[in-house]
Amino acid sequence: MTQNIMIVGVGGQGTLLASKLLGRLFLEKGYDVKVSEVHGMSQRGGSVVTYVRYGEKVYSPVIDKGQADFIISFEALEAARYVEFLKQGGILVTNTQQINPMPVITGAAQYPEDIIGKLGKLNIKLEAFDALAIAKQAGSTKAVNLALLGKLSHHFDFTEQQWLDAIAASVPEKFLEMNKKAFLMGKNA
Amino acid sequence: MKKLMLGNEAFARGLYEAGCCFVSSYPGTPSTEITEFAAKYPEIYAEWAPNEKVAMEAAFGASLAGKRSFCGMKHVGMNVAADPLFTISYTGVNAGMVIAVADDPGMHSSQNEQDSRHYAIAAKIPMLEPSDSAEALEFTKLAYELSEKFDTPVIMKMCTRIAHCQSAVELTDRTELPVKPYEKNVDKYIMMPGMARRRHPIVEQRTKDLSLWAETCSINRVESGCDTSMGIITSSSSYEYVKEVCGDRFPVLKLGMVNPLPVKLIQDFAAKVQKVVVVEELDGIIESHCNSIGVKVTGKELFSNMGEFSPNLVAQKLGLPFNTGECLDEPIPGRPPVMCAGCPHRGLYYTLKKNNITVLGDIGCYTLGATAPLKATDSTICMGASISGLHGFNKAGAAGGLKTAAVIGDSTFMHSGVTGLINVAYNESASTVIILDNSTTGMTGHQQNPTTGFNLKGDPCAKIDLEALCRAIGIKRVRVVDPYDIKACDEAIKEETSCDEPSVIISRRPCALLKTVKHPGPISVDQSKCIGCTACMKIGCPAISIVEKKAVIDATQCTGCTVCSQLCRMGAIGKKEA
Repeated sequence: MTQNIMIVGVGGQGTLLASKLLGRLFLEKGYDVKVSEVHGMSQRGGSVVTYVRYGEKVYSPVIDKGQADFIISFEALEAARYVEFLKQGGILVTNTQQINPMPVITGAAQYPEDIIGKLGKLNIKLEAFDALAIAKQAGSTKAVNLALLGKLSHHFDFTEQQWLDAIAASVPEKFLEMNKKAFLMGKNA
Repeated sequence: MKKLMLGNEAFARGLYEAGCCFVSSYPGTPSTEITEFAAKYPEIYAEWAPNEKVAMEAAFGASLAGKRSFCGMKHVGMNVAADPLFTISYTGVNAGMVIAVADDPGMHSSQNEQDSRHYAIAAKIPMLEPSDSAEALEFTKLAYELSEKFDTPVIMKMCTRIAHCQSAVELTDRTELPVKPYEKNVDKYIMMPGMARRRHPIVEQRTKDLSLWAETCSINRVESGCDTSMGIITSSSSYEYVKEVCGDRFPVLKLGMVNPLPVKLIQDFAAKVQKVVVVEELDGIIESHCNSIGVKVTGKELFSNMGEFSPNLVAQKLGLPFNTGECLDEPIPGRPPVMCAGCPHRGLYYTLKKNNITVLGDIGCYTLGATAPLKATDSTICMGASISGLHGFNKAGAAGGLKTAAVIGDSTFMHSGVTGLINVAYNESASTVIILDNSTTGMTGHQQNPTTGFNLKGDPCAKIDLEALCRAIGIKRVRVVDPYDIKACDEAIKEETSCDEPSVIISRRPCALLKTVKHPGPISVDQSKCIGCTACMKIGCPAISIVEKKAVIDATQCTGCTVCSQLCRMGAIGKKEA
């Protein structure tokens, strides 16, 4: 059975690293894997989405509405934007951080109030936490991705060592300890 | 061992394994990474050319010299390279030559969604279309074999979902090939009318031969299905969506070669099913072919010729069930891409807007200056069109006192802005051209270009002197401003747009995202001084928000460029006192 994971956020938040890391883990486990990224214009502060799919044989490079088993969201508004891609009962792991999009900054639109509360009323499993605060504690605001993966890691049967090995293979040596720390703190959050 | 690779990375691996020696390309999403990954192999010479036409001609030259060559581009890049493309179809090749063109259905990062298959048909060149990374690798190697066997360049068509999707590939070793000796052959390589007339029938015969090859080649394959009430003909990402939602239920004819298309293979496939549906993104090219060979199909009647497909869309159109999800019961504000915090274009755009200049724009990150709140530009067409368009706009003389300017990035200026500027100088229009020199090719992810002083491999090389180039063209008024300095920008724009001769302003400041750029660090708003006038909001910086009627700067985004502080009449924005 193919499993579908979406990683959503704001361009520049490090969503690509998270998908690369997951792709590597699933391939090592012997699955067929597809990881779809978006490059180019939307990376400039726009809404970005990455699709990770694994199973016996994976065809579609993308995940459609109502098909995702998991969504990892780097930002609250993006969680709200993509939540309809979750299956009934699917799991949403989201950062509670809010980043105003330009229409909100210019006053053309309002940032919805209490997104997390509203998401909690849907027929999904919601795991919301302040991944930015954890990343800061771990040493860098750029480690939000590892904090989120830490939280997600409970839902997969990889050992902690397998996760840490995948992190080691995906991040530069000098940021390794900080990223590992963010992962473990996210896991225990 | 299996390895996850982007379609573009697998393509580059295919170049490597096939013994390709020469790569010349111009960056363009979603094609860029093919060339970047190819450059990592020491056995391959790889370069960024100033534009796609130069790249394709260089790749042809390398093929002529006897080495397997490659050039890559996005779909609109092929418009630029169309001139050599149509004629190297006639000459054929010496060593194999492969061209990549990457389409962008849905326009994730493009100004149109043209279907590049039309080029293969019009130029009478074979085109292969992989549908995952493993095929991108294998088809690239096959493309070289076809190129040499049939004496033709071969186009490999990618699209966003294949180019930027990682899937598993198996790697093999590189095959080193001997150089094919170059032999002078004027009948083959000099396309004067007399020779070209003799080459054209050879091209037509080649297409017939390739059509026969298409009937039996392994990359056009029939996958059986138990339910013959429908048969599906498809290729590329559409194939993946079809298999996702149908599994093995219906027979599928998967086409790996989309030009020329087989005849008998399609007729035989159609004869075994009750009806045939063609699933193809963008134009109905396979559908038209089916109609022309007497096979009745349903295609664009069901599937749009606009945008990307998806699994749910294919399921819905084929009458199959699909899931939907639950969403919040309120509008979700959009999050369009924006110019980054610290972007050097911002200060200049603010000044253009403030001076009410009509601005003809161009292609790059700075295209984003068209969006709110800056709304600084009036047109965007294609690479270089800002300068040539401005010349026509001004020459037409209908502007009625409007102040005008063109804005173009350094890489885009090298690509096809120079010729437009030559026209401005030669035919003397009082045009003001602003070169946004941020020392990189920004939008496609920071590639080097002839103005940066470094080549694709990162080695130092000749660096174009933009000021000297503009003067050599015949522009007497050339000046440089720092776009972080609003007052200097304002003076330059006022003076140059008011004078009655051609002028160039070089707005020079490296891209804020370049790793080599050191930022002074975030500045902040003194809440006791801020009166909430929102003057700082006019520049559309993503780091600034209004919270409880006062401006707040997000320290995680702010680079300390100080453009906002120059707009604050209360002196409320600055470096926090230590």
